[in-house]
Order: sequence, then structure tokens, then C-alpha cells
Amino acid sequence: MYPVEMLDSMKKVETTRKERIGFEPKRMTEEEKKNLLMQYHPDFNDKGFTELKVGPNKGDKVPIELAELLQANSRIKDVDIDLTKIGYDVDVLIIGGGGAGASAAIEAQENGANVMIVTKLRMGDANTMMAEGGIQAADKENDSPMIHYLDALGGGHFANKPELLYKLVTEGPDAIKWLEDLGVMFDKAPDGTMITTHGGGTSRKRLHAARDYTGAEIMRVLRDEVINRNIPIIDFTAAIELILDDGGKAAGAVLMNMETGEFLVARAKTVIIATGGAGRLHYQGFPTSNHYGATADGLIFGYRAGAKLIYPDTLQYHPTGAAFPEQIYGALVTEKVRSLGAMLVNVDGEAFVHPLETRDVVSAAIIRECKARGKGIKTSEGHCVWLDTPMIEILNGEGTIEKRIPAMLRMFMKYDIDIRKVPILVYPTLHYQNGGLEINSDCLTGVDNLYVAGEASGGVHGRNRLMGNSLLDVIVFGRIAGRNAAEKSKNVKIGKLTLEHVKKFAKEMEQAGISSDMVSPKLLPSYARKS
Amino acid sequence: MEEMVNVYIMGKKYTVPANLTIMKAMEYAGYQLIRGCGCRSGFCGACATIYRVKGDRELKVCLACQTKVENEMYIAMLPFFPLVKQVYDINKIKPDEQIMMQLYPEIYSCIGCNSCTKSCTQGLNVMRYIAYAQRGEYEKCAEESFDCVMCGVCSARCPAGISHPQVALLARRLAGKYLIPQFQQLAKRVKEIKEGKFEESMKELMKKSTDELRELYNKREIEI
Ligand SMILES: Cc1cc2nc3c(=O)[nH]c(=O)nc-3n(C[C@H](O)[C@H](O)[C@H](O)COP(=O)(O)OP(=O)(O)OC[C@H]3O[C@@H](n4cnc5c(N)ncnc54)[C@H](O)[C@@H]3O)c2cc1C
Ligand code: FES
Repeated sequence: MYPVEMLDSMKKVETTRKERIGFEPKRMTEEEKKNLLMQYHPDFNDKGFTELKVGPNKGDKVPIELAELLQANSRIKDVDIDLTKIGYDVDVLIIGGGGAGASAAIEAQENGANVMIVTKLRMGDANTMMAEGGIQAADKENDSPMIHYLDALGGGHFANKPELLYKLVTEGPDAIKWLEDLGVMFDKAPDGTMITTHGGGTSRKRLHAARDYTGAEIMRVLRDEVINRNIPIIDFTAAIELILDDGGKAAGAVLMNMETGEFLVARAKTVIIATGGAGRLHYQGFPTSNHYGATADGLIFGYRAGAKLIYPDTLQYHPTGAAFPEQIYGALVTEKVRSLGAMLVNVDGEAFVHPLETRDVVSAAIIRECKARGKGIKTSEGHCVWLDTPMIEILNGEGTIEKRIPAMLRMFMKYDIDIRKVPILVYPTLHYQNGGLEINSDCLTGVDNLYVAGEASGGVHGRNRLMGNSLLDVIVFGRIAGRNAAEKSKNVKIGKLTLEHVKKFAKEMEQAGISSDMVSPKLLPSYARKS
Repeated sequence: MEEMVNVYIMGKKYTVPANLTIMKAMEYAGYQLIRGCGCRSGFCGACATIYRVKGDRELKVCLACQTKVENEMYIAMLPFFPLVKQVYDINKIKPDEQIMMQLYPEIYSCIGCNSCTKSCTQGLNVMRYIAYAQRGEYEKCAEESFDCVMCGVCSARCPAGISHPQVALLARRLAGKYLIPQFQQLAKRVKEIKEGKFEESMKELMKKSTDELRELYNKREIEI
């Protein structure tokens, strides 16, 4: 439970709760949002960014922590990798065992390819497993792909690549159908109608969920399906560099056994990068909601091989990371809590933002409340605000929390905080990489035979992703990548394997006067305390 | 001063801050985790851990990322457990009683000791969902087992050798695919899209200038 210092403020929240029920905080005008973001969103904090000095995005602004890794030494810098010793030889190599990797694998096999997944931790130890809130798709009668398109475009600040967004919204319903046919159990009414809610920035209730275990339910079904299909999964094995052939085409990867450090060569006709996000790089010192392996590896070796980044300077800070108790600092409190009616409230019990503005706006509003207005609640890690969870059952009836967000109930209950009775404390947490490796609508990068899908790719969400569009992205584009990579592999003749591009990149770094004492990709964050 | 406690990681003693989770305590002690750490948030089941507090006879289990250290706690991680996973074609099997009999016959050897339920890190009634599976009541089994993170602790404690999480997963897939009614409107929408019903409107929308799109966005009607 909460220490006494916080209880005074909690009383105020309780006092104002009655008036807040049935009252909808004003939505901001476009102008107001713009000013708020410019002043308080971390993406606009110049101190967090630097310009790249080498590679396809030379001159572009990226987070400092990412720049350090993009411009660090390869893990095989001084290692002689024997490229004639082929450890694995497949049609399609999939790097990353999350939702995008699994969807790609199933579809690639369905299209006749011999496919293999390598993944750094266990299959399914991934951001996909953690998605709580839900997955969008325009399948309801009052909804359409056009409305979905417009919502995502506005949320993405009109920077989404139209051909990608078109795919997302028009193939969305089919993706949900595919999951339903695989046996994913969505929340449904007794007649089979999907129970859908709003997410921040949606104009229709199009968020499908499986309690607040949406990602877990999808991931465990996909993993099960991959195993049922006898698709080989090489776990605890990370890709550390791509291998090209002498024609400059992607032709495999150098792998590293995470436990023994052994290097292995995987040769493939086509390669799909599905390595996910970067939360564990802790940009600007933020906590993160991401899984342990979210260290932007795919961006690093993709970039070295010549693939371009798009919007690498746009990160999503989820407005509601847990801020108390400190054991779960940074862990996600799903947006569904707000979809179900909980309001954000400051130290004085005042609602200060519409809870369903887009995430960037809500995050910036929380940061403003704490940093500029002095209306945050103090904790050992800084300041934070209340999320008034008891409103949910007042609005939706008793039992709603246990039924719809059991993971949240469980997470806080471990610390004697019953979210049905008392509000919780939240602060923005580093959540999602909006940008990534640039792809076209076939998931192909500028490097031949190199595909990317899921959070490692960029463009579909513009500069800000809406909740529920990322799970949809991994399914839709994972499947597209799998199909295309399989199709393409049928006509590929692999040339002589080479790692020259890695050497070339190192030389460019040298010429640009960069010397680094770091190696990349990072693979895992280092949390071990050094004495 | 921070309150500190003594813990024994694989039997070796370390002094760590009292407010840490077991996972963070291991890192505080200097471990760079590779296995036994996935989501760090209680969703993936990678961090199953057994522990005993000195003086207590009972061996307890938990998720290391979700559990606070206690003084005099002996900790051992269980980063891998060989669950039995049977392979099947979801499109060919049927949601009848035979299928469990065929794939996971060991569930019928359950002796009702309830060790699984007692050990569940998610607080689920594991023995009950296995009973539902035995009776072919897959929807109930699915409902009851839904929050399972497949950490495998229940199976590690089972004298009958049941792989509970895999049984539950099969039940859920059967329920999701065959027993719970499909969403009719979804199939309809997929068909409409395939038939090109929205093609023209999509094209028209995509042709618009950013200013026009902005205008449409700002004026769009929001469902209540
Ligand atoms: C807590 C949380 C909640 C979320 N909630 C939602 C939600 O409600 N709705 C929504 O739409 N989205 C949500 N998201 C976002 C969404 O879950 C992710 O963006 C999406 O699942 C990413 O899928 P992916 O397959 O691209 O990456 P991941 O699922 O992260 O998979 C990437 C895989 O690649 C592996 N890998 C990484 N590097 C290497 C390497 N070098 N070699 C081999 N393997 C490697 C990783 O270990 C991992 O297994 C949430 C994210 C988080 C973290
Ligand atoms: S690390 Fe995923 S449940 Fe603990």
C-alpha cells in the first residue's frame, strides 16, 4: 500500500471522483497539442539526439544511445569467420521469434519455403508476448478501412507511408480472421460478436482484445503453430551481422550462441529481420515497458548492410508506466485502463487531460503536470500522477476489472494495491520504436532479398503509432514478408558469401573520425551491478 | 540507509536491498542473466524460480520478476523445464473427448494431489482446468486456464507427468477455433474487402492532399 505522504493526495482523488464521473475532459485543439508536444515530449528534447556521421542516414538525427551503437565496432571486427563453413542452409532465414517472426515463418512455409527462425532468448520472449491492450482492425459495421486509415494517419502526424498504411488497414480484418482460425480466443459476446473498445486516437471502437493478455494469447498460439509445423527454432542464438553475397544481396547471417559465444554461419536465399524494438536502450534515461532483448539489434546490422532508417528519431513513450512501487517501475499499465474509463488526475485530484488523446499528447501532458506545473506526486524515482482505476467499476459495473484487465489487478495486488479500490501511480515509460528500417509494401528494404517486418520496420505508423496498430502491423506485415520472401527465394542464386560491407562500414567510421570502444549489436542490456 | 537482506542464490550468500525483486537481486549480486529472463513483467514465464525461506519446510515457487526478496531466502531458478508438447494439425483435429485421450492421455492419471494448483505462479486453479480437459469441457478449461504464462512450475511438481500448460493451450485453441462462435461480421468484412468494395473510396481518400486529410481528421466523428 501507499506510504502516508501519498495518502493525502489520494484522499483528494477520492473526493473529486464523484464530480469526474460522467464529465469528459475537453479534447485539445491541434494548436494546443502542437505546443504541448514541442515543449514537453522527449522527441523534441534536443539533448537526447545526435547526428549520424556515417551510413545511409548520414546527417540524420537519432537518439544518442542508438547512434553510439550504429557507430560502434562489429562483434566480428577482429574475428575471422569462415564463410565456407555453413552451419545452416535454408531458403528463408527469419531473425527474431516474436509475433512478426512467427507470422512470417508460418506464411513462408505455407508458400513452400524451407524456413528457420533464430531468436536471441526463447521463442516468444518478445514484446509481442507483453501486449496487453489489444489489436485494431476495421471489421465492425460502423467502421471501414478508410476510417481506420484516417485515424492512423492523424495519429501518425500525417507522416505514415501511404502504401504501407493501405496494407495495414485493408489486410487488417483478414489478419484477425487468420488468428481466429488459428484458435486465438478474443473477447466475444455469446453470439461471437467481438467486444471492442476505443484506444487513444481511434474514432471507432475497433480494439479487439483477449482480456489484458492479448499479445500473450496471440504469441502462444503462433508459437504453438510454428512448432506444430516443425519449423526449426534455434533459440538463445542471436544474429550479429548480415551476410551478403558478392552481388550485394542479403544471403544469411552470422549467428552467435548466447551461452557459449560460438559463431555460426547461416546461409539463406532471403532474410527477414523481425527483431523488434529498442526500449532496453533506455533513451534519455527513461524506464521501459519492453522485454529484455529489445536492443535494436536488427537496426544495427541492417544499417551496416546498407538498409536505410526512417523516423529513427520518433519514440513512443507510453503515458502510463507504473511509477510505484519501484519494483515494477516502468512496467506497462495498459491503455485499456483508460479505455474502460479511468482518468488521469494530479496531486490535487484534478483531471488535467482527456485520457484518450493520442499517447504522445497524454505523455507530454503528464510530463508537463510533473515538471512545469508542480502537480505531480513525489516518489523515490521522481514525480508521477494518479490513474483513477476505481472509476472503471463505477462506470462499467463490479467485476469489470477482474474480467477485462486481470493482469493489471494481479500485478498491483502483489504489492497490496487493489486497483478496484484505490488509484495507481503512473509516469511515461519508453514503449515503442515508431520508426525503423524502411520498407516498401512488399516488406523489402533497399538491400536485395532483405525483408523487415514488425517493430523493426518503420513508416507504417508515421511519427506516432496508435495503440493496437502494432500487433496488427506484426501480423499483417509478418505475413506479407513471409509470403514475399518465400516467393522470392524460389528464384535466387546465391553468389559468394561476403562480410566486406562490415569492413567497409568500419572504414567509413574511421574516415569520419569516429573511434568507439563499444561493440554492437548490444544483444542484452547490462544490469549486472559492477562492484 | 537502505534496508538490506541476506539471500542465497544457488546456495551462495549475497546481501541485497530488501525492496528488490528476485530478478533484480540476482543482477545486484552481479549476475548477467541470459536464461530465466524474458519480459521482466510477468507475462512470459521465463523466470520460474523455487525458493525456501530458512526455517520454513515448504518449498515455494514464483516468478522471479514479480516477487520481492525476503531475508534468508534460498533461491534457485528453473529456467527450462522439458514440457511435453504434442504436434497436431489444428485444421484436422476435432474438439471431442478423444483428442485429449490421443495427445495427452496422462491427464487421466491425475491423482488429485492438487500440487499443480498449489504451485501455480498465477494463482490459477490448475487441477480444475485439467479436470475440465478430462471431461472434454474445453471452453471451461480455456476460461479457467486463460491467464497461464506457461512457466511450467505445475508440471515440475506433478507426480503424473502432466504438461498442464500444453493441455490448456490445446483446449484454448480448440475453444477459440471450434467452440466459441465465429464473428460473422468479420468474415463478411474480409469478403467485402476481397471483392473490392472499399477500393474506390480508399483510392479517393489516398489521393487527397495533406491539408484535406487534416481537415477530415480534425472533423471526424468519434463514436461514443
Ligand atoms: C508491454 C507492451 C505492451 C504492448 N501493448 C500493445 C498493445 O496492446 N497493442 C499493440 O498493438 N501493441 C502493443 N505493444 C507493441 C507490440 O507488442 C510490439 O510492437 C510488437 O509485438 C512487436 O512485435 P515484433 O515481432 O516486431 O517484435 P518482438 O515481439 O519484440 O520480437 C522480436 C524478437 O526478436 C528477438 N531478437 C532481437 N534481437 C535479436 C537478434 N539479434 N537475433 C535474434 N533474435 C533477436 C527478440 O528477443 C524477440 O524475440 C506493446 C508492447 C509492449 C512492450
Ligand atoms: S521474465 Fe517474463 S514472467 Fe518473469
